[in-house]
Amino acid sequence: MAQVNEVKSVKTNKPSTATSIKKLLFDYSVPILFIVICLIGVYFSKLPAVFIVNTLLTRITRNSFMVLALVLPVIAGLGLNFGLVIGAMAGQFAILIVTHLKIGGFPGFLWCLVLSTPFAVIFGLMTARLLNRTKGQEMISSMIAGFFANGVYQFILLFLVGTLIPIKNPDLVLTRGIGIKNTIDLTTEYGLKYSIDAVFEYPLFYILAGIGAVACLVVVIDYILKSKNAPEQLDKFKYATRLVISGAILGVSIWVITSGSMLMSVKLPVATTVMIAMLWAFNVLIMKTKLGQDFRTVGHNMEIAKVSGIDVDKTRTIAMIISTVLAAWGQIIFLQNIGTLSTYGSHVQIATFAIASILLGGASVTKATSGQAILGVILFHTLFIVSPKAGNNLFGDAQIGEFFRAFVSYGVIGVALGLHAWNKRVQALRRQLDV
Amino acid sequence: MKDTLRKFVKSIGLPRLIITLMFIGICIAAIVLKLPFGMLASDVIRRFGMFGILALAMVPSIQCGTGPNFALPIGIICGLLGSLMAIEFGLTSKALGYGFISAILISLPFAILTGWAYGLMLNKIKGSEMLVATYTGFSIVSFMQIGWVTLPFKHPEMIWPIGKGLRVTVSLDSTFGEFLNKFWGFSIGGVYIPTGLLLFFFGCCLLVWLFSRSKSGIEMYTAGANPKFAAASGINVDKNRVLGTVLSTVIGAVGIIVYSLSFGYLQLYLAPLYMAFPAVAAVLIGGASTSKVKISHVLIGTFLFQGMLTIAVPVANQLFPEGNLSEVLRQIVQNGIILYALTKVGREA
Repeated sequence: MAQVNEVKSVKTNKPSTATSIKKLLFDYSVPILFIVICLIGVYFSKLPAVFIVNTLLTRITRNSFMVLALVLPVIAGLGLNFGLVIGAMAGQFAILIVTHLKIGGFPGFLWCLVLSTPFAVIFGLMTARLLNRTKGQEMISSMIAGFFANGVYQFILLFLVGTLIPIKNPDLVLTRGIGIKNTIDLTTEYGLKYSIDAVFEYPLFYILAGIGAVACLVVVIDYILKSKNAPEQLDKFKYATRLVISGAILGVSIWVITSGSMLMSVKLPVATTVMIAMLWAFNVLIMKTKLGQDFRTVGHNMEIAKVSGIDVDKTRTIAMIISTVLAAWGQIIFLQNIGTLSTYGSHVQIATFAIASILLGGASVTKATSGQAILGVILFHTLFIVSPKAGNNLFGDAQIGEFFRAFVSYGVIGVALGLHAWNKRVQALRRQLDV
Repeated sequence: MKDTLRKFVKSIGLPRLIITLMFIGICIAAIVLKLPFGMLASDVIRRFGMFGILALAMVPSIQCGTGPNFALPIGIICGLLGSLMAIEFGLTSKALGYGFISAILISLPFAILTGWAYGLMLNKIKGSEMLVATYTGFSIVSFMQIGWVTLPFKHPEMIWPIGKGLRVTVSLDSTFGEFLNKFWGFSIGGVYIPTGLLLFFFGCCLLVWLFSRSKSGIEMYTAGANPKFAAASGINVDKNRVLGTVLSTVIGAVGIIVYSLSFGYLQLYLAPLYMAFPAVAAVLIGGASTSKVKISHVLIGTFLFQGMLTIAVPVANQLFPEGNLSEVLRQIVQNGIILYALTKVGREA
């Protein structure tokens, strides 16, 4: 049915559809390229579908929150927030405290969120003050700030714990009595492992079928309502693509359910997904408030914002604080799924991976949406799962696949930053010529 | 009194003052802890010569206006490639410095070519050099990981005995390892002076200094310090930026060869990933900013930074036998100084 609808819209609306497709291809050139690379990787990895879907789902639910934390700073003109690392440290401080106090399970998880927030607010405030002093160089400043904070973090946990901070818990502290252990097991009785994932799990494809059906209905009803009010302004192409996508989700889910395939064993951690969905909703809704409009104005042009009476520094600070708090929570969600806290390693690559993800989803230094964040997470982690195996099957060496994905995560950031800087310069030159 | 103090601090520079005080503090701690002076002094001198040229690579890039060269790994990869090829082709006779000279010669064309291409790229992204440079460096290093596995090197000392690709560290014992350190090297009062290493380092500094006094050096400096004025007086700013980037890349390539030589190993794969940061930090500690640098900054900065880190290792080990306090100290100092410099971007002049 979905296909029929698309064909119809193509026939009735030919010229605008062609330009729409062209625009779609152009706007989404990066995700499309990586969708192709991912599909090639999936094909050559020869991994069973159930394995890929299962691992991918785990990775999507544990990483999406962190990536969604990137959206606001981009809108507020701070660029890609490499300072996620600093937020992640706040989350890890909270996890250490909760593990020390032996509060486990879901209450432990909630305590982590509560305890990490004041840390993250302070860290976010400090990062924001730094970034307000380094306008125009925010991204490299936040990156170096992450490295710097990592040094301080290690100093506190390795040398101040046991000397200035009196913690004697043998589960946490190294045998010499000073410093936190390298790895903290979160799977114990009081551990945080799966403390939110396990709250409520349900087979993925039942949920997907439901979502697909609801989405189809919403699209159709929306279309009917809009076509009654203002039929000439209708973007038929948009509705067609939406209907095709939701129809495809519904169709595939029904097919999986009826075929009784192994994929039915894949379960979705609903509580985690709800948290991610709430953050998505938050990112969308905050843009409808006065604060959200301020973010947009400041991100667009600081001078204009200042003239129109917006406190630029304060607005940027708020965006940074929100992002840092979300990063802390994101790290807690990430670690409760992993089940072990690598005290000095878990946070180090977080920002790089999150930023690479959102860029793969089609975001740029000045534009990012929550949808791009989620699409990016799916693509980046598909690449992560399949590349070692695909590398092995294609080149006879799993290492090459692993190196390739490391290259992609750095390379995509490099290219995106380079293109952004180039673009900025071209625009500046044009403005000069106009004057 | 307060004013003179403030003037004094300003003339030395706050970061240089802090690091100097830290350096002195750690030296006192070393004396109090009765650590062997000769060994420490030898180490400080060796590390000074070993890291110096990498820090020197920052000079042309800052002078030509592209800021500290965070893409130093590009030059490093070229130097590593040159060293590997020198060993692979067996160009390790005594006349060629056991491979040292041939490594430099082979890496030169690579460094000039990549530096040129990278310089052209930098001209397209004026204003965001530091960030793009960092990620260009990261990308090249991670890309070359694939290279180290797939390039057809055959020399048994360099490849894994089983499996594919080059080793993570390639020993230079049988080739040019320590060649410069031993060249005219001597001991005085328990302190070993690696004469060749120091002479080579100072020689490189002298060359860069001479270049900055030459006509093209002054042109490059003008292009970097005041691009509009330079353009008005008929200097091709873009061309000079490319020249500075090529020079920086070449010095980086030579720098890593000297570094590996003194270290005794070529470090491949992820080792070059963060190598730009200590080099940047060194010149900043020496008193440079992201737009101004002198050779003296390289000398002072490398000595203070590397000296402090070298002495901090045994001192820290005495205080905290486990845990890597000096490494943590390095991270804090190195990134703190870069952050400090970043908050000054565009504020001076």
